[in-house]
Amino acid sequence: MTDAPLLQLTGVSKSFGAVAALVRADLTLEAGSIHALVGENGAGKSTLVKIVGGLYQRDGGEFTLEGRSVDFHSTRDAKEAGIAVIYQEPTLFPDFTVAENIFVGRQPYTKLGLLDRARMRRETRELTQRLGVPIDPDREARGLSIADQQVVEIAKSISVGAKVIIMDEPTAALSGVEVDRLMGIARQLRDEGKGLIFISHRFDEVFALCDRITVMRDGTYIATNTTSETTEDTIIRQMVGRSVENLFPKQETTAGAPVLEVDDLTSVGVFENVSFSVRAGEIVCFAGLVGAGRSEIARAVFGVDRYDSGSVRVGGSAVPAKNPAAAMRLGMGFVPEDRRKQGLAMEAGVQSNITLAIRDRLSKFGFITASMEEPSARTWATRLQVKTHALDTEASMLSGGNQQKVVLGKWLATQPKILIVDEPTRGIDVGTKSEVHRLLSELAATGVAVLMISSELPEVLGMADRVLVVREGRITAEIARADATPENVMYAATHAAGDDRETAA
Amino acid sequence: MSVTHTVPPIETGRSGLQKLLRARESGLVVLIVALIAVTAAIQPTFLFSDGGWRELLRQPTILILIALGEAIVIITRNIDLSIGSILCLSTYTSGWLFANVEGIPIVLVVLIGVALGAFLGLINGLLVAFLRVPSLVITLGTLYAYRGIAILWIGPHFIRSSWLPPEFRALGTMQWVGIPVLLLLVLIVVLIVGWFMTSRRAGRDLYALGSNPEAAKLFGLSERRLTLNAFVTSGALAGLGGLVYLSIYATGDARVGTGYELEAVAAAVVGGVAIVGGSGTIWGVALGAFFLATISSALPVLGVPSLWQQAIVGIFIVGAILLDRVLFLSRTRRAKRKGSES
Repeated sequence: MTDAPLLQLTGVSKSFGAVAALVRADLTLEAGSIHALVGENGAGKSTLVKIVGGLYQRDGGEFTLEGRSVDFHSTRDAKEAGIAVIYQEPTLFPDFTVAENIFVGRQPYTKLGLLDRARMRRETRELTQRLGVPIDPDREARGLSIADQQVVEIAKSISVGAKVIIMDEPTAALSGVEVDRLMGIARQLRDEGKGLIFISHRFDEVFALCDRITVMRDGTYIATNTTSETTEDTIIRQMVGRSVENLFPKQETTAGAPVLEVDDLTSVGVFENVSFSVRAGEIVCFAGLVGAGRSEIARAVFGVDRYDSGSVRVGGSAVPAKNPAAAMRLGMGFVPEDRRKQGLAMEAGVQSNITLAIRDRLSKFGFITASMEEPSARTWATRLQVKTHALDTEASMLSGGNQQKVVLGKWLATQPKILIVDEPTRGIDVGTKSEVHRLLSELAATGVAVLMISSELPEVLGMADRVLVVREGRITAEIARADATPENVMYAATHAAGDDRETAA
Repeated sequence: MSVTHTVPPIETGRSGLQKLLRARESGLVVLIVALIAVTAAIQPTFLFSDGGWRELLRQPTILILIALGEAIVIITRNIDLSIGSILCLSTYTSGWLFANVEGIPIVLVVLIGVALGAFLGLINGLLVAFLRVPSLVITLGTLYAYRGIAILWIGPHFIRSSWLPPEFRALGTMQWVGIPVLLLLVLIVVLIVGWFMTSRRAGRDLYALGSNPEAAKLFGLSERRLTLNAFVTSGALAGLGGLVYLSIYATGDARVGTGYELEAVAAAVVGGVAIVGGSGTIWGVALGAFFLATISSALPVLGVPSLWQQAIVGIFIVGAILLDRVLFLSRTRRAKRKGSES
C-alpha cells in the first residue's frame, strides 16, 4: 500500500479549438470512498470524466494513478489501468447476451477453441448475485431497463478488476427503487476498497452517498468539501458563485394580455400537470437542468410531440395537439435546440432558409422564385445582421451564431405572436450571444411573447421577466425577475416541488 | 452480500428465444427438403439421375461462398455490392493464368485468385474505412469500376475449356461417396468461417461493431481494422467463388457474376442476417444460399415461367425480412413488458 491517493488530477486543462472546456481541474480520489462531482451544466464534469476514461487527452496538468503519472491514449489504456466509466446511457451490445457483454473482448475459450459460454454464464451469475441483482446471463441485452444495463456495466467493471469506477449521472433515468439499489451497490463497492466518482444533480443522493463533494464551475476547480461538514447552501453557492449583473441589455417592458396559455399538460412519463402562461411583451424562461423535460414540454406545446391530456391556447384559441402547421397558423414560432438537425436546411441558401416558413404566403399560384423570396429574406438578414456576403451562401458555411440568426429570421418572418426558443445561445460566441439577447429583448418590446429555454443561469436571470423552474417534468417554482437569484433557481432545479424549505436567497 | 434487492430478478424465455433463433435454420432445412421432394416428385430426374444429383449439390456452392462474405460485411453494418465483379476478375485471371503460364500449379492459381479477390476487397475496405463514405456508395462504384476493368481487359474473349488443365476440370465433377468434392470443400470453408464468427473474439468483435458502433468505439474496438477485415474476407471469398465457377463451367467471359451481389445479399437476409448488422449466423446464411440456389434450379423444372421465378425469389426475401421484423418486435415487446412488471 502506498500513501498516494488512488487517483489525483492537478491543474488539468483541455480546450476544443478556442473553447476551453477545462481550465484548471483538481480532483483527489481515495480508495474506499465515494466522491461526488457537482457543478452546473457546462462546468466541465463530463470533460473531466472523458479525460480520466481515456476518451480525451488532457492539454496540461498532472494526472496520477496510485502515485504514478499516467497518460491514456485510448479507452483501452484507461480500462487496463483499472478505470471503468458507467455512462448515463449504458453502452451494451444489444445483440449479445448479458454474459457475453460482460466478457466482450476477453471471452474465455474452451480447449477446443470455442467460446466457453458455460464459464461466462457461471461467472456472470456469480457477479450479478454478488451485486444482489440476479440477471439471466443468457438473455439478450436488448430490452434491459437502463437500471439493469447499469448493473451489467458495473458487473463488467468488477470483472475486469477496476479500481476506479466513475458513474456519470447514473440515477437520472432511474426510478426510486432502482436508485436505492444502485446506491446499495455503490456502498458495497466502496467497502470493498474501490474508489467511486459519482456525478449527480440530485443533492439528496449526493449527501446520502458521498464522503466528499468537489464543486466545479466554468471548467475550474472551486472546492472540495467533506460531506459531514458542509451544507447544501454552501455547495449551491460554490456552484453558482459569480456575478450576473448587466450581462444582457434587457429592455423593460410592460406585459400585456396572455398570449400563450398552457393548462395541465401531461405526457405520461415525460412531464406532468404543466400549467403556465406567457403574456404579450414578456420573456418567460424555463430554467432547470439538462434532461428536466423543458424541451419536451416546448415540443409538445408547439405540436411536434404528442401529449396525453391538457390544453394549449394561443390568443384564446385552442391549439390542436400534434399539429405544428396549425400552431404556426395561430401565430406560434419554435426555434429548436439543435439548429443543425431541426432548424436549418444545411445545404440550402440563407435566403431559402429564412423564407422557408412563409413560402405559402410568398408564392403565387403555387410557384415561387428567388425574386419573390428576396425582399423578405433581405429584410430579415439585414435586421438580424447575418454576416454573409450573399444571400445564397449555404447555411452550412455560416458560423454557429449566424446560423442561429438565420433560424431566428425564419421564424421572425412569420411574424409570430409567441416565439419559443430552445437554448438560443448554445455553442455560439459571447459577442453573438449578446446580439441574440438584444434581438429577443427587442422582439419582446414590440409585444411578442417569448418563451425561452436556457440551461445557463446568467442568461436566465438576465433575460427573464419570469423564471419557471422545471425539475423532472414538473414546474417546481415560479420566480419573478426581481426575486430571482442564482441560489433560489438552482435550489428549485435540484429539489422536488413541495420541499418548502426557506431558501437562503 | 449486504444488499437486499427489492427489484425482482429478470426471467427470460431463454429456451423460447433459442428456439426462435434455431427456427431460422431448421425452417430453412424443412423448406429445402420440401422443395426438393416436391420437385423430384414431379420430375424424378431432378434428383434421381447422376447429373441431377450432382447439379443439385454442386450448383449452390458459388452462392454459398459469396453469401458468407456478404454476410460478414452486413454483420458489421456495411454492404458489399462489388463481389459479382470481383468474382468475374478472379475467374478470368485464373483461366488466363492456366492458358498463358505453362505448367502453373493449380494450387498457385487458386492462391492468386483468392489473393486478387482479397486485394480488391482491401480497396473497398480502405475506401470505406478512411473516406467515411457509406459502403453502399463505395461498392456501387467499385461494382462498375471492377466490371469496367474486366470489360476493357477481356473484351469479347472467353475462357475455353481447352485452356484448363484436365486435373482442374476434373475437380468440377469429382465425387466422394456420391458427394461433389466442391461441395465438401465449400462446407469446410463454411465450418471455418462459422467457427471464426461464433467462437473467436475477432469474429465476435465484428458482431459487436454492427450491434452498436458507438459502444464499440467507447470500448476501444478499431472500427477501421474491423471494416477492413470484413471487406478483405468478402473479397477473398468472392475470389474463391470465381475459381469454383471456373471449375464447374470451364468457361467465362466479361459478364460472369453479373447480379451475384444481390443474390448474395438475398441469401444472407433469407438466412437470418439483419440488414442493420449485429446478428445472424453463418449456418443460416449457408442454408439460405442453398435454398435460393435450389429454388432457381427447381422452378424451371416445375415449369414455372421464368418471369415468375424472380418474383418468387423476391417473395421469399420480403417474407424473410417481415419474419425478422415480427420476431424482433415481439421480442422487444416481451422484454419491455418484463421491464415494466418489475
